Amino acid sequence: MKLENQWPKYYKKNVVTHYCPGCGHGIVHRIIAEVLEELDVGKRALLVCPAGCAVLAYHYLDIDVIESAHGRGTAIATGVSRANPDLFVISYQGDGDLSAIGTAETIHSANRGENITVIFINNAVYGMTGGQMAPTTLLDQGTTTSPLGRNAALDGYPLHITDVVAAFPGVAYAERVTVATPGGIKKTKKAITNAFQTQIEGLGYSIVEVLSPCPTNWKMTPLQACRWVVEEMSKEYKPGLLTDKREEKRKLKA
Amino acid sequence: MSGNHTIGEAAIRAGCKCYFGYPITPQNELGEYMAANLRRAGGVFVQSESETAAINMVVGGAATGARVMTSSSSPGISLKQEGISFLAGFELPAVIVNMMRGGPGMGNIAPAQGDYYQATRGGGHGDYRTPVLAPASVQELADLTMEAFNIADRYRTPVMLIGDGMMGQMKEPVVFPEPVKEFPEKKWALKGRGEGPSRYLASLILDGLEMERHNWKLVRKYQEIAERETRYELYLMEDADFAIVAYGTTARICKGAIKRARREGIRVGLIRPITLFPFPTKVLQEIAHRVKNFLVFEMSTGQMVDDVKLALADYQVDIAFHGRPGGVIPTPLEFARVINRHYLRMKK
Amino acid sequence: MSKKDKVFTVKIRRDYCKGCGLCIEFCKQDVLQASANMNSMGYHYAEPAQPESCIGCMICTMVCPDLAVEVYSE
Repeated sequence: MKLENQWPKYYKKNVVTHYCPGCGHGIVHRIIAEVLEELDVGKRALLVCPAGCAVLAYHYLDIDVIESAHGRGTAIATGVSRANPDLFVISYQGDGDLSAIGTAETIHSANRGENITVIFINNAVYGMTGGQMAPTTLLDQGTTTSPLGRNAALDGYPLHITDVVAAFPGVAYAERVTVATPGGIKKTKKAITNAFQTQIEGLGYSIVEVLSPCPTNWKMTPLQACRWVVEEMSKEYKPGLLTDKREEKRKLKA
Repeated sequence: MSGNHTIGEAAIRAGCKCYFGYPITPQNELGEYMAANLRRAGGVFVQSESETAAINMVVGGAATGARVMTSSSSPGISLKQEGISFLAGFELPAVIVNMMRGGPGMGNIAPAQGDYYQATRGGGHGDYRTPVLAPASVQELADLTMEAFNIADRYRTPVMLIGDGMMGQMKEPVVFPEPVKEFPEKKWALKGRGEGPSRYLASLILDGLEMERHNWKLVRKYQEIAERETRYELYLMEDADFAIVAYGTTARICKGAIKRARREGIRVGLIRPITLFPFPTKVLQEIAHRVKNFLVFEMSTGQMVDDVKLALADYQVDIAFHGRPGGVIPTPLEFARVINRHYLRMKK
Repeated sequence: MSKKDKVFTVKIRRDYCKGCGLCIEFCKQDVLQASANMNSMGYHYAEPAQPESCIGCMICTMVCPDLAVEVYSE
């Protein structure tokens, strides 16, 4: 008998994550580990993990990791990448981290075209703190700090930060995907592969936004949460390629 | 050479590979020097989007084992405190320069010493301290900048070099030490796992007992720093029966004042802490066996004076204070008058 | 040997499973079901109900957030 799905080389063995049942983090962690192995960059990888549910990512991913203060992931990634350009640098961030407290770092690392890859987990809430409203929370979506639903007049609108940075000349690759369906998961792996390759080729900043279920804070079953990603979240944040400037960057480099 | 340029040149000679900073007066010449000269030397200069970003770039650079630095002035250093706390928690070496200005709030851009508490008490959140070096001449700026990198590496800690607008702007002759060629090995640095086991740097320690152990470990490190790195200068203290305590710019002004006072027959000397943390407690205590009157000068409303009082709590001594906060630079004449007044009171 | 000629077997790493049920829901062949028993974490883990129906599409391994599903072939 042959095992068809080998345990990924860069995923720690004999650990069970602290993530809730049906949480998207586990899927994205696994995909990162798989792609690191397929592209053979795990040995020189350094992942910046955020404040939030993924703060303990170093217990799961078997690569070098540095923890970040809330929102500062891409500043730390900039420091790492500039000090040692041989390192393969990933900043793993959630929506509160990347698009609220870390907005300035996100915008400017993207604008500088840092040669790093950002994995942006968008679940429309602050997960670890108990499901408060995030910049990405949908209109009318109930959270612990928008109990009657997000009200545009009081709380503003869902923030499309990846669309913003995709417009920057420094951003070589940006795609939005979901991990709520098998097809979405396949596309996520393809997008993360493209993003990693962008960095390997030294073409600059790459970002993959992953619409990811948070059943616990959405107060749904894991299956309902997946449906909600497909039926509600994907309407606000349309999955797809947001920018791909790799070809022109390759020409510039040549 | 100006003080700010001197720090830049000394840092490059110390092997500083990366400078991350944000413009703020009165230390802009340092960033400008690095933009031109560190890049020319093959290093990294990034003008960050904010002070917070700059200090976190420092965190990232330091994690790879490179010698890294940032600089700012009072309001900017407040913004950097989050990152300094993380550096202390991670036990990462880095050099942070604070060219202090008048405050609180926006304050002004004139020289002041109002950040003493912030610098010596940790400054950010949590239970940590930062070694603080306080030069008083351009030559010392060069020497202590290079030493700051050594102390940072030796003890895996952020080190703060603290001056003020005057230290940064004034020009004096300076002889630079030879560039550092050999650097300590940093086995802890993150370089990718390679063929070995993966490693991580984290300051999150959820278990209370484990966090407590980490806190006490830091304390032991600070005790070792206190034993081995405490620095001070004694000026005309051999025959003194009256001691001034002052650091940085204020200490320079004091020297002029002491010369004047000595011409009038006052046997006054200066104790100048060069490290503000660790504070030169022992030398103060030794001197307190024979000197019973201390006068603390600061360009603040009185911050270091607390450390003098703590050091001499068990001694029967009189500790007076004279401060000029807010960016006012006192003159040697003013200090000499204050010395005179206190000396007369003392002799009664 | 083409995929059609292979025989696939699904196994669940019982103590990794958090009982989210995504593998059960997304399996088009209805191979899996929630066990009546609980694992060490207190979850009703997934278990093969009709193992012979597995066609090796690997979707269960893809949607599992916890690397709890193994698919063997022979």
